[in-house]
Amino acid sequence: MKLVIERREISSALLRFSAPVASIGIALFVAGFLLLASGVSPLAAYREIIIEALGSVYGLSETLVKTTPLIFAGLGVSLAFRMQIWNIGAEGQIYVGAMGATWVALFSGIQNHWMMMVAMFFAAFFCGGLWAGVAGFLRARWQVNEVIVTLLMNYIAILWVDYLIYGPWKDPKGFNFPLTAQFSDTARLAEYFNTRMHSGFFLALFCALVLYLFIERTVWGYEIKVIGSNQKAAQYAGMNTGLAIFFVLFLSGAIAGIAGFSEVAGLQHRLQHGISPGYGYTAIIIAWLAKRSAIGVVIVSFLMGVLLVGGDSLQLLWQLPVAFVYAFQGLILFFLLASDFFIIYRVKLIKGGAHA
Amino acid sequence: MLEILLDATVRAGTPILFATLGAIINERAGIINLGIEGLMLIGALAGFSATYFSGSLLVGVVAAFCVTFIAGSFHALITVQLRGNQIVSGLALTMFGVGVTALFGKGMVGLTIVGFERVAIPGLSQIPIIGKAFFNQDMLIYFSFLLVFLVWFFFYRTRWGLGVRSVGENPAAADTCGFSVSLYRFFAVTVGSGFVGIGGAYLSLASTPMWIENMSAGRGWIAVALVIFAGWSSQRAMLGAYLFGGITAMQLRFQAMGTTISAHILQMLPYFFTILVLVISTHRLQKGASQQPEGLGLPYDREDRK
Repeated sequence: MKLVIERREISSALLRFSAPVASIGIALFVAGFLLLASGVSPLAAYREIIIEALGSVYGLSETLVKTTPLIFAGLGVSLAFRMQIWNIGAEGQIYVGAMGATWVALFSGIQNHWMMMVAMFFAAFFCGGLWAGVAGFLRARWQVNEVIVTLLMNYIAILWVDYLIYGPWKDPKGFNFPLTAQFSDTARLAEYFNTRMHSGFFLALFCALVLYLFIERTVWGYEIKVIGSNQKAAQYAGMNTGLAIFFVLFLSGAIAGIAGFSEVAGLQHRLQHGISPGYGYTAIIIAWLAKRSAIGVVIVSFLMGVLLVGGDSLQLLWQLPVAFVYAFQGLILFFLLASDFFIIYRVKLIKGGAHA
Repeated sequence: MLEILLDATVRAGTPILFATLGAIINERAGIINLGIEGLMLIGALAGFSATYFSGSLLVGVVAAFCVTFIAGSFHALITVQLRGNQIVSGLALTMFGVGVTALFGKGMVGLTIVGFERVAIPGLSQIPIIGKAFFNQDMLIYFSFLLVFLVWFFFYRTRWGLGVRSVGENPAAADTCGFSVSLYRFFAVTVGSGFVGIGGAYLSLASTPMWIENMSAGRGWIAVALVIFAGWSSQRAMLGAYLFGGITAMQLRFQAMGTTISAHILQMLPYFFTILVLVISTHRLQKGASQQPEGLGLPYDREDRK
């Protein structure tokens, strides 16, 4: 008996669809053992997640609240993936985006609601964009590894926001808590149905549509796809790959930055620590699971939103740390990568074949 | 004053040194490992719990090595056997490490152990200025000096080291010469991960003898960047790790002196300098002969051989 690995000529659509579903299933199964080891019944925990996140109007609205920043960040990361560029810094870009929007909300003195919204939006957009643009510039100019730069800049962004809320931007009437003052109504997005759900969700869906059209229907989108699949060929075709790398990382960070705007204007109404509990890292999984499609990003963001809302309730019920969700996300990624192998290759048992 | 600063430099640099050496072993075999941050956390928790339950620091260090060896074998399985994307697999390992240590570490928060204590080496520790910093330290620090030498010796004086280097430079050629690419890569990823784990254990057994959630605080990522600064050489890794130890030590010293500069701004310095050093060393890499392993980041499939 001998184990033989051979490449499949074609991989069926059924296989390509079932592989990610199976990997989430296996990840759930393995995570069950982690839950068991910490003394929680996995079935009860999974039931709790579904009921909390989807079982009521309130639960569903909370899921959409968490889905919103995930869509923005996921779109940003997946845009960079298109060009084989790794933006691991969406977390930091959300923070600087929130910082930019907060600056406008607190200090610009704009009185008109719509003008305020537009100004906050673009402040977040450019702050996030420039933050990621640093990594884009370094990569385009000197081939500096963008994975490490975008990631280290997360730490700097979070510390910078900490500096502001503990120092110059601290609310003078805030009893010395590390928070900025609350935004006035001019600087808040609309909320619906007496829940925390806000119009940022629709902005996120709109962004997904715009990005889809940008990639599929414009020359720039076409260039990004070409550079992503073969950088040398793109250069021979006369495309400016350096500029494109900078531009894509800028746009990628800018979209992630909008999540910061949506969080402070729609949900938190002030800048504070932990404005994002790791949305930027979850975004990497979303982009990878969605296989770079904008619609896929929306669907997977919703699934991850369910997981995050469920994770919060597990914390309340069984005092499980929120970071448990990361362990689960890591497992999904592992099994997803493993399933890719079985899409491309076939494993066969051959009898007696020492010379096969 | 200088003596204290140098001492703090070595102590702050040691966990990064172990992690950088581990990452170098990975990358020499051609495998990028972005799981370093997660592995450090796993090592820190494994080392702390094993020491807490056994009462022995040696058991803690061995446990840290073994547990991260196993955690690293997931990365090896995905990237070597299953030819998966190395960057995504590494990120998955980091996420998994952050999550799983938070989960299992919850019960260990607040417990204390007796950590590594200083052992002065007679004679050498009397050398002015550097004596105290390098020869009045704990056993793990002495082990890190030895490891720097051992890694060099392994790569340049043993057949196994040659094998690891060749599967990293040119896996097709190494395969033709009869080196098993998967075996050497699997070996490098798992053993390298094990040393990263010891770096994590240094945090929970020597730096601050306790377990704190997410206690590696980005040191794993600094190590990943230092591999490039070090040009994949173990001696230069030592230089790089102490450079960052020095920045951390100075930053802490500033805070202790009660400076008016915000602590948050000072804490940014190590990350900021890492980026700066990364830019400079990448720039140098482009100009001179590149020491980067040729096959870095590429999965090997015999059928693709040209």
